[in-house]
Amino acid sequence: MMEAVKYISALIIPVFFLFVLVYGLARRVKVYDSFILGAKESLPTIFKIFPYIVGIFIAIKCFQASGALDAVKNMLSGAFALAGVPAEVISIALIKPLSGSASTAVFTDMLKTFGPDNITVLTAAIIMGSTETTFYVISVYLGSVGIKNSRYLVAVCLISDVIGIVLAVTIARRFFFNV
Amino acid sequence: MNYIWAGLMILSVIFAVINGKTAEFTKAIFDGAKSGVEISLMLAGIIAVWLGMTQIIEDSGMREKISNFFRPVISKLFKGIPEGHNATSSITLNILSNMLGTGNAATALGIKAMNDLQTLNPSKETISFDQMLFVVINTSSIQLVPFTIIGLLSQFGSKNPTIVIVPILIATVLTTTIAITNLFLFRRFFK
Repeated sequence: MMEAVKYISALIIPVFFLFVLVYGLARRVKVYDSFILGAKESLPTIFKIFPYIVGIFIAIKCFQASGALDAVKNMLSGAFALAGVPAEVISIALIKPLSGSASTAVFTDMLKTFGPDNITVLTAAIIMGSTETTFYVISVYLGSVGIKNSRYLVAVCLISDVIGIVLAVTIARRFFFNV
Repeated sequence: MNYIWAGLMILSVIFAVINGKTAEFTKAIFDGAKSGVEISLMLAGIIAVWLGMTQIIEDSGMREKISNFFRPVISKLFKGIPEGHNATSSITLNILSNMLGTGNAATALGIKAMNDLQTLNPSKETISFDQMLFVVINTSSIQLVPFTIIGLLSQFGSKNPTIVIVPILIATVLTTTIAITNLFLFRRFFK
């Protein structure tokens, strides 16, 4: 079952490329020229978004390296421990909105420490799978079009992320109470 | 974003001083800048690939086919997109690649969709409601099968790594629905 899923998912992009190229050729499109024309727009786009990416990466690296992340985690873990949420879950919840690679690193550390068949790890897995790198997406997407005023967007995303994390913990308890 | 960025940086400085990690803090600034540039360069390649492909899609007339097919669904949520506009197909391609979990391809197509939505935005510096809706969908995961997580679980010897598929799917559907509902609720109270 896993193998089949992996095989199909590895096929999606090659098949998509084949389909687009064959379709284009059938419509007498100069596919190579079109590709180059589109690809040319990449660098102007990157010029627009790269300062935003640098900004967000500096913030996350500093937040981790200074011990601020650990401090916030410890502050929150007292309150969350009353609700039965383990501290490790909080660090995933704090870091995932900022960076995908950093949260994967934290998740891998958890796997090393607790092993894969552990409710804390599985709870973290649900948070990893059901949330996104909110601040990264916001800064890159808004940066790419030069929008300065994001109205109530950040508030909506933050509230939704918090609800999402509470939900993930609840769902994990329902599903993995016997792990 | 101003407050969030400044907040993160100021908290970091304060804790760096308290924890005696000021040297680490300084190193982190430049490490962060370096990985920011590396990620940008990597993204440049990925964006080039996907903008190249979408140009072929556009020139071959496939874009209209995609737009017409998915317009009934997309226009239910995105009210401000006129018929036949580029935004319908670029939003569709972004959502599909998000669902399939193609990671950076979704980012590249998402940037394209934001630019298409921007052509419909009357104010160039203030975000439109459709753009907010699009960002909200992208900031709440809509991936159907979490390959990376399953891969990591099985790599560390999980007996049954696919155990997470159903709970993640439930969490994903619920959080996305809640996020979209939140946005529409906010619109009611904050004009």
